[in-house]
Amino acid sequence: MVCQVCGKKTATVHLTEIINDQMTELHLCEVCAKEKGIAGLGQPFGLQDLLAGLVDLGTPVPAGNKKTVLQCSNCKMTYEDFRKNGRLGCSQCYDTFKESLEPLLKKIHGASQHLGKSPLREGKEFKAKKELQDLYLKLQKAIQTEEFEEAAKIRDRIKKLEKENN
Amino acid sequence: MKLDDLMKQTSGWLKGTGPHSEIVFSSRVRLARNLEKVIFSNWANKDQLEHALMMIEPKLKALEQIKNNGLYLKMSDVSSIDKQLLVERHLISRELVAKVQSKAVVISNDETVSIMLNEEDHLRIQVLLPGFALDDCWKKSEQIDSVLEKQLSFAFSVKWGYLTACPTNTGTGIRASVMLHLPALVLTKQINRVIQAVVKLGLTVRGLFGEGTEAAGNFFQISNQVSLGRSEDEIIDNIKRIINQIIEYEHNARNALSTKNKSSVDDQVWRSYGILKNAHIISSSEAIELLSNVRLGIDMGLIKGLTREVVNELFILTQPAHLQKLEKKTFNSQQRDTKRAELIRSKIT
Repeated sequence: MVCQVCGKKTATVHLTEIINDQMTELHLCEVCAKEKGIAGLGQPFGLQDLLAGLVDLGTPVPAGNKKTVLQCSNCKMTYEDFRKNGRLGCSQCYDTFKESLEPLLKKIHGASQHLGKSPLREGKEFKAKKELQDLYLKLQKAIQTEEFEEAAKIRDRIKKLEKENN
Repeated sequence: MKLDDLMKQTSGWLKGTGPHSEIVFSSRVRLARNLEKVIFSNWANKDQLEHALMMIEPKLKALEQIKNNGLYLKMSDVSSIDKQLLVERHLISRELVAKVQSKAVVISNDETVSIMLNEEDHLRIQVLLPGFALDDCWKKSEQIDSVLEKQLSFAFSVKWGYLTACPTNTGTGIRASVMLHLPALVLTKQINRVIQAVVKLGLTVRGLFGEGTEAAGNFFQISNQVSLGRSEDEIIDNIKRIINQIIEYEHNARNALSTKNKSSVDDQVWRSYGILKNAHIISSSEAIELLSNVRLGIDMGLIKGLTREVVNELFILTQPAHLQKLEKKTFNSQQRDTKRAELIRSKIT
């Protein structure tokens, strides 16, 4: 097979990617693959790298906020920087950009509430938060098993707890 | 342990043991963790990167798995051939090789645990085991995470879980992957349907050497995409169920082949065996294809007297950096093809 780019050398790098059911194939020679940053130790391009495109989609600029540039006070990353890189600058960015991240995370994961492991940090505040998290887990289960009465009760408790925490 | 000692041993995950090892090559769990408020690696300057490294490094060295004859490597001290060797052994990612400044890795002496520092996230904890062993991978990585979280303050929010540099890892920070060898599904032309179904169920499919590689040698790496909104157990359970089904399909396809197409399977297996045993020049991609056929022969009980471990190891030993390390010389690709054939002939007797 001949390289799809130069059309001269034999294609030795074969790349198949499947994204959302769409399969694309690339056949390149070593030189062209290197140029494209695919071969050997070059940068792979994967789903994560397409993220920058996704960031654009899910993030309307909040009205009335047009003049102020949103910037993380801890690491100085702006939302524009994140849009370009597809990577956040520090943990505080999650707080700084939360309004834009919420829909983005929902788009990626189909959910925006963590239900997994938490660090075993001590402290009252954390325990209250942990309780909240457990309630979300219960709520999800209740909905799955169609126990809607129970789900409604849990939802009310979540609302109450969330008010207290804020 | 020293870096050169790696060449003297078989990686723990290549042993060809563990549940369903006739189809499942290896299982892997990786957890992404970051330090609270410390700038993420991609956005950090030199000093900030070094700062993160200094905070984490002593804690990793003190881990039981590393203290006990493990390996600690600063990437800036590792030669380019050794870097490639570590990638081929699945111990580090290509991202860790791209920019070496203030990056490091710790590796347990059986190579089943490796923790990368200052990759995309401050910590990438990886547990890699032979066979279908996702639960064990999760248990072991979780245990390491629990030891580390007592000494390091990980970035975490109750709403969004573990906070990672890329939003595709936010939440549990978990990626569970299983490397499957599915030659019969490929031969019977059912593989595309299987892949399409897997992708529809929210999982990703990659090749033998991870992101951006093709499914050479009938190897398919299947992993979860979603990391937020589900517990780790749920994520692992989901992928296990799907993998179990694929294992069953592959078994059925192998049975069908051995009843309906016995002579053509026999021919393919033994022809491959013959070429590997006799070839004097062989490319990496041809070697992988033929080794895959020979592995199928072993797994279907056609070839006896050759172990799965030897064949598994050849998949890695025939890679460019391994070949050059074995010979302690650098080769161009034509020389490599000759050396590769020589190595294979010495192992398949």
